[in-house]
This record gives sequence, structure tokens and C-alpha cells, in this order.
Amino acid sequence: MKGYEAVIGLEIHVELKTASKIFCSSSAHFGAEPNANICPVCLGLPGVLPVLNKRVVEYGIRAALALNCEVARFSKFDRKNYYYPDLPKNYQISQYDLPLAQHGYLEIDTGNGRKRIGITRVHMEEDAGKLVHQGTVTTTPYSLVDYNRTGVPLLEIVSEPDMRSPEEARAYAEKLRSIIQFTGISDCKMEEGSLRVDANVSVRPAGSQGFGVKTEIKNVNSFRALARALAYEIERQISVLEEGGRIVQETRTWDEGKGVTLSLRSKEEAHDYRYFPEPDLPPLVISREWVEEIRRTLPELPDARRERYMKEYGLPAYDAGVLTTTREIGDYFESCVRLYPRPKTVSNWVMGELARLLNATNTEITASPVKPEQLATLLKLIDDGTISGKIAKTVFEEMFNTGKDPQAVVEEQGLVQITDAAALKAVVEKVIAANPKVVADFKQGKDKALGFLVGQVMKETRGKANPQLVNRLLKESIANSDN
Amino acid sequence: MITREDVEHVALLARLELSEEEKQVYTEQLGKILEYASVLNELDTEDVPPLAHVLPLQNIFRADEVKAHLDPETVLKHAPDREGKHFRVPRLV
Amino acid sequence: MDLCFLPAHELGRLLREKKVSAVELAGAVYSRIDAVESRVKAYLLTLKEEALNQARAVDAALASGEELLPLAGIPLAVKDNICLRGVETTCASKILKGFIPPYDATVIERLKEQRVVFTGKTNMDEFAMGSSTENSGFYPTANPWDLERVPGGSSGGSAAAVAAGEAVLALGSDTGGSIRQPASFCGVVGLKPTYGLVSRYGLVAFASSLDQIGPITRDVRDCALLLNAIAGHDPRDSTSAPQEVPDYTEFLVPDVRGFRIGIPREYVGEGIAPEVRAVLNRVVELLEGMGAEVEETSLPHVRYSLPAYYLIAPAEASSNLARYDGVRYGLRVPAEDVVTMYKRTRSQGFGAEVKRRIMLGTYALSAGYYDAYYLKALKVRTLIRRDFDEAFKRFDLILSPTAPTPAFKIGEKVADPLAMYLSDIFTLAVNLAGVPAISVPGGFAGHLPVGVQFIGPPFAEGQLFRAAYALEQEAGLAAKRPAL
Repeated sequence: MKGYEAVIGLEIHVELKTASKIFCSSSAHFGAEPNANICPVCLGLPGVLPVLNKRVVEYGIRAALALNCEVARFSKFDRKNYYYPDLPKNYQISQYDLPLAQHGYLEIDTGNGRKRIGITRVHMEEDAGKLVHQGTVTTTPYSLVDYNRTGVPLLEIVSEPDMRSPEEARAYAEKLRSIIQFTGISDCKMEEGSLRVDANVSVRPAGSQGFGVKTEIKNVNSFRALARALAYEIERQISVLEEGGRIVQETRTWDEGKGVTLSLRSKEEAHDYRYFPEPDLPPLVISREWVEEIRRTLPELPDARRERYMKEYGLPAYDAGVLTTTREIGDYFESCVRLYPRPKTVSNWVMGELARLLNATNTEITASPVKPEQLATLLKLIDDGTISGKIAKTVFEEMFNTGKDPQAVVEEQGLVQITDAAALKAVVEKVIAANPKVVADFKQGKDKALGFLVGQVMKETRGKANPQLVNRLLKESIANSDN
Repeated sequence: MITREDVEHVALLARLELSEEEKQVYTEQLGKILEYASVLNELDTEDVPPLAHVLPLQNIFRADEVKAHLDPETVLKHAPDREGKHFRVPRLV
Repeated sequence: MDLCFLPAHELGRLLREKKVSAVELAGAVYSRIDAVESRVKAYLLTLKEEALNQARAVDAALASGEELLPLAGIPLAVKDNICLRGVETTCASKILKGFIPPYDATVIERLKEQRVVFTGKTNMDEFAMGSSTENSGFYPTANPWDLERVPGGSSGGSAAAVAAGEAVLALGSDTGGSIRQPASFCGVVGLKPTYGLVSRYGLVAFASSLDQIGPITRDVRDCALLLNAIAGHDPRDSTSAPQEVPDYTEFLVPDVRGFRIGIPREYVGEGIAPEVRAVLNRVVELLEGMGAEVEETSLPHVRYSLPAYYLIAPAEASSNLARYDGVRYGLRVPAEDVVTMYKRTRSQGFGAEVKRRIMLGTYALSAGYYDAYYLKALKVRTLIRRDFDEAFKRFDLILSPTAPTPAFKIGEKVADPLAMYLSDIFTLAVNLAGVPAISVPGGFAGHLPVGVQFIGPPFAEGQLFRAAYALEQEAGLAAKRPAL
């Protein structure tokens, strides 16, 4: 990047979690049999007409408010005309010059502190269907069309070209997902396509104000892929310029396997979408009362919640950030803290053991086999000395695998901590007798030697001994042997 | 004035394949019609709002409810080409 | 055979009085179709078997003492751009050959509740683009008054069917005059309702901001009865007016005393045939004789209707007709790749006029021309609407000829699109303004009927019926019928 600066803007499409589609009563749910969720309207049969789903507007306003946008007083739909087999009418009902909302922003954390990224506009539109190819689009002899997704409501959220690095772009996309996900209007699952990111990127000499020729990158299927694709594309553009070449304005696709962006053969025509006002849909006049009513239903958003976790629970910024990535993680954390009011301990467990097992088993936190109440009970068992912290991890894993309560696991597996000095005395004596060299080291002031001896006792007791007690007993026994 | 190239470009946008004769005829006829339409330029419409909807309706909504779907077979059986439960189209590029 | 020429309201009475059965009535209509259809060609498809079944059901209901709705058992023809579940709907286009809608248009649902008997689907200009029904993708329809002449269009099949006694009632659609002009040419009554009064759900779209379904009938009372049945709010059409609809038959009083009627000088100037002017003059005399005050007025922007219309309607049409691509239904001309398949299907499926309008509309919307053409036309549309708003401050109604000429000869105007477009010169402004208008027979030019048009303020269909009814009573043309 020597001497160059990247300029990045993102267009993010979010599928709304409504029951029915944007303009008809077909189900908007993902995962049905091909062409099962269709009706004459979303199939674009001759003579049918669209009727707007009110919840789409409500969700759109909710998102707009969460992204600090100004909600339009007057908005309308337009037709975007282009031919593609997944688009039954060969036009998409979208919004052109009067979008639902404009002029918003969100804040991301960068190496140099917080940075505000502008949001140009938020608009509503209908999704297209899905094409199934044999192999790739270029090699398939024919394609199959499934119209289930046709007409699922989308919000398109367009950022300002405010990002200057792949990391910032990734942070923006993740923050946007987090905010949208908090509002409850979308699942925001990239793997199911309910959140899709297209990136516009150009480079320019560092410090200059103009814009270079941009390319658009499509087909990034994860946030990691977004950062990689942008990093690749920035380097590519710089080397083209360094070699005296010119950047061609074009759409490029990210090839995840090869780790490169590839030019999508420029179409035989320039895009000319011939937008015009959708005659089948009257305009929207959005009262301030309606906006305020929706504002009142907005939940606490990630930034506010993060602040609160730092203030109310004294968590470090890092912990507060991780715990507010999704609403569900935060909710889990707080349910647990309510029952076990030592936030940092809970945070360590949620970010540590719980996150590790959820990731390993690809489980959502809402489906965690260990419920917040059970985690709280487990933590209490450590505090009251029933089990050791070390054993607790074993117990937790068993709870995660079986869904059992901690007490049940502890009892079944006989993991109750040995806190009876008399019961441990014999083991301690045995370990001292078996390790005269280590005992001698300890006596000569090597404190670390004691740790080894504690470990040996723990091993003999399969971890059940109370370590503080073992510590004390060892010291006493060694001292006594001197006498 | 509308040119033959305009006609070819518009035909591509509209996904129409025109014969040489049609291109000739449409270049002439569209030219005439558009020339006729230029009479609109006599009117100063600087401060006139466009009329896209004649009825002053606004905020027409439906409730977010799922209703009956179409049995896909009713449309697939008349489709020009299909494979199983999908519509089938020739390759895209 | 006489049954076929009685109006629906009389036939309804005969049915209720059990002087005639619905099956007899349907039988009479199909006998008439057998006798004249090979010459008129009003239909693309007839539904004799289904119609007789519907008629039997009406007779059974009547026998069991059921109270019949006003249009029960009345044979009605449906323009082929209105979807009737399970019945091929082509809009007279090859591209829709084989398309069978799995749903009913809202107007059809409402007429099914009435227990109307559906006779068949009528011929039209392809996708309603035309003024003569010569643009049908299948065959032209003849005018029952003169088989060498056009019936008008685009609802030419519906108007010809009613005029020829091949149906008692018909549905048409009107985007720029497509109900009124053929009604005028065929000597029947045709109404273009206020935009939003009748649901467009199930009407195959031509120009969505202009299209309305409306009645084509033998007399004004039938027109009111049919409008009663089809008008009213429909939640499936977002542009449907959410308001109560009156009983339009209550307006049928032959009294226009004190009615202020304006005649725009723009509509009686050049380009109007002398015999049409003569009919208009006679109508003015009749109205004045009944106590109406007729006065010349001006709608200064209506002369811009034709250019504005021929930008707006094709633009919307270019988008509405994009869906006919050979993927889901109708015609496909196979090709190796999808773009070629689209082009071949559309080029072979659409006729010349449809292609011309798609080209024109695509051009008007394309980058660099939107402001100059489409946006400009929408602004002029505002001016035209304002002209009407102003006029209706002074007048109850506006009167004009429906068309500048009587029915012209088949083939006379096909080579010159602009000349053809001029035959809608008096009707287009009404669609642009979204107001209602009715064409009612005003007289004859030789053997050819000539209609006049009453235009009213939005939702003033009642006033239109009242004036048209009064004129109909006074003009005494009801007994005239074509000698087929």
C-alpha cells in the first residue's frame, strides 16, 4: 500500500424476518422445497398486483433509526428494469430517488480509536429467486429456477465511501450485522444469504482527495472473505497502476478457493435500469408519530449495551465488546449475572469455555445445552468449595454434552472436592515420601517445587482435592518433618 | 433524432431481435412519433409536479400474514421447460 | 333470436318471472353465435359447455326458490385480457398461447357471485394496443354494422359481440379509449370508470396508471347494473379506491334539467368528420331541449394528450410486457442461451404494434431521455388533470364526440401508426386525468352508429348515467340493430 490509500464503500442487503413476502402472502421462510412458496403475485403471472406488507416498512424504519438515519416523510417505490431468469417480472420493485431513509452512520473501533462511517441510504426492495447450475454459471448446459426467494423483503443499506482498509470494511460489516441483528428484523446469516455484502473499492495516492476508478466485488460469503477479497483487490489495483495501467470500472467476483478476484465478463450492454415510479403502488407518507412509535420499540443497541456493561458490570472494553456482538450473547451473559453477580467471572466463562464448545459444535447460543441458570449454579459450586475450578471445566463439558445440571454431574462422577484434611493427610505423606529431592529443593527456598508436589496430590486425587488445603497440608507436613 | 444505432440499442434493452427491415421501419416510425411528441416542449413545466398516480392514495398496506400457496404443479405443467420442481432455462452466458 | 337483443335488466325480469330459463337464454346466444360468428369473429374462444352448466345452476337455484342477484343467468363475454381461472387467456397475443391463469380476476369473482353466465373470451388488439382490433395476433374482428369495417378497439371483440347479439353484456378494458371508441363504432354503451373504481387485479396490464375495466352493454341501465356488480374496493389492488359504491341504477332518471354541460372547443375543431359533428349537434339540441345548459368551454392542454399518452403508456407497457420471456408460461422459441431465447421468443411472439410500443417506451425511459420524455409527459399529465379540475368547477359534465369518425374500413390505417392513434384523440385525456367517461349512441352516419362521450369528475359515474340515460330515452335509437 506504499503511497496509496484505499477507498471502500459497502452495499449490504439484509433479508427481513417477516412471515410473508414484501408484496404477497407467500411465506418468506427459508428452506422450503423448490417453488413451494409461490403464488400468482410473486411468480409475476399476467394481471397480478403487488400489495405492500406493512411490517416491511416498520422493520425498515426500525433499521433506519438504529443506523441513525433520517426517515423520509415521503417515499415511493420504483421499477428497476432488467432481464434475468430469477426475476419473474423482469423488473424489480425497488426504491430509486426517494428511499425510505438517508444520512445515517455507525461507529466502528479501529486501531486509532472510534471511527464514524456514513450511511448514504436505506431502501426497501424485493429479492430475486435462485438459479441452480450444474457446476458453474459458465459451464452449465442449462440452469434451474426456484422462485421461493422471489419477493422476500430486502433492505439495501449503502455506506458512504468512508472506509480506508479491509479491516475497517470488515469492522463496518460486522457492526452493521450486530446492530441489525439487535433490532430483531433479520437473522443476518451470511451462510443462508440473509445478509449479503458487495464492496466498491478504489485506490488513490495517499492524501489526495479525488476518487480513483472503482470496481465492485461480489460473491463474498463471509466477513473474513470480505477482508481477504478487499486486500487482494487493493493490491491488484495498485500493481495495475504501478505498471502504468488503468483500472477498468467493472464487477469482479471473489474466488474463495483461489483467493483472487476475477472480472465478470463485461456484459454486452451498459446497465440501463430505466427506473420509473411503480404505478401499482401508491406512495408512502410517513408521519413523525409513526416514526416515534417505532423508535419506542427499539431495543438497547450494541454500543449502548457495551457502555452499560463497562459501567454497570465493570467489564473491560474487550469483554463488553465481545458480549455485545449479538443480542443473544448479551442476554445469556445478563441472565447468568442476575443469578451469579460476579460479572467478570461470568464473562470469562461465556467468552471462554462456552464459546469454545458452541463453536466446536456449531451451536447457536440460544440453543446452548447449558442454560444460564446452570452455568450460574456451576459457578456457585466453585465458590462454595464443592468443586475445584479445574474440575468445573470437566463438569461444564459434561453438562454441555448431556444437558444435565451441575450437581447431577458432580454426584454421578464423584467429583466433589475433598476438603477433609484427614482424608488428604495420607496422600500428602505419600507424595512427600516419594519425592525427597523435590522436598529438599523446596526447603532450600525453591517455591516452585511446592507446585509440583501440589500437582502430584491433585493427580493422586484425580483433581478433587481442594488445592488451597493441599498447599497448607504440604507445608505443614514438610515443616513437621524438620522437627 | 433517433438513429439506427439507437434502435439497435433499445432493441437489446427490450430483448427484441429485429430484422433489417424492422430496424429501418422502426427508425422512421419512432422518429416520427418522437418528433410529434416534441410538441410537449412548447409547455413550460418547470414548476409543474409530475402526476404518477391519479388517485391521491397513500400508505396502502396488507398485514404480514401467510396465505395459501399455489400448487407449483398448476404452473409447472404449462411451463415451456421444466426439470422436476424447477423451471428450466438455457445457459445464461 | 329476439332474446339475444334484449337488455340484461329485461332478461333478468323474464328469468325471475320464469318466462324464460337461463338455459334457453344461453342456448339462444349460442345459436346466434353459430349464425354470425364466422362473419363477425368477435370471440377468440367460446365456453358453450361451461356456460350451459352455469345456466343450469341458475335455473336450479331459481327453482329452489333462491333469490337471484340482478345479473344471474345473463350471458356475458369477457375481453381476453381479463383472467378467468382455468380458461386460456392470451390478450390476443401468440406469446401467451397456452397460458391458463390459475386464478380469477376480481371482477370475475364478483360476477361469479352474481351467477353470470360466461360466454367466452373476446378478440382484441394484442395487449390492448390498438384502435381497430386489427392488431389481434390471431384475426381481425368485423363491425356487425358493416363487415368491411373495424369494430374499433382495443375491446373490439366485446363491443362487436354485444352489438351482434352474441352476448348480452361484455367486459372491456380502457387505457386510452379502448371501451368507448369501439362502443361508439358498434352502437353500444361503454363506460370507462374513474381510475380506482374497478379493481385491476386479474386484468393483464398494459399501462398500469391508465388501465380500467368497464362495462360494454346494450343500454345505459345494463351499464349501471354491470358497474354495480364489478365496482368497489379490492384489497388486492393497491390503487383501488377505498370507498363505498352507490347503487348506480338510482341515477337512472330521464332528467337533466339545470345540468351544466361544457363542450371543449378543442374537441370540436379540425379533424372531426362532418357526420360526427352533425350527430354531436343533434345531441346538443336534444339535451338543451330537455333543459340542460350546454356551453362551449376550453381544456387548453388536452391537445397535448396524444403525445403525452404515447410516451406514458408505452413506457409502462415496456416494463409490464417484460415478463413475457418464455421462462414460466406461454411461448418459448428455443435457443442455446437465455438472451437469444428471450429475443427470439419476444420477436416471434409479439406483433408489430406491440413491438413498436415496447421500443418507444424503452427509449422514453432509457438513460438520458427520461427527463425529456417520460418525466415531461407526467408533468403535462398534471396540466391536463388541472384542466379537468378547473372545468368541473363550472360544469357538471363535459360532452364530446367519442371518436372523430365513424368506424373506418379494415386495413385503412394499418400502415400509418400516427393516423391510427388519432382515432383516440378525444378519449385519451380522460385516462390521463383518471376521470370517468361514458360513450352512448348519439345517432347515425348513414348506416354506421356514432357515439358521444360524457366526461365527469372523479367518481361521478352516477351523473354520467343520468345524462346518458336521459339522452338514450330521448334519442330513440334503442330499436336499431345491425342487419347481419
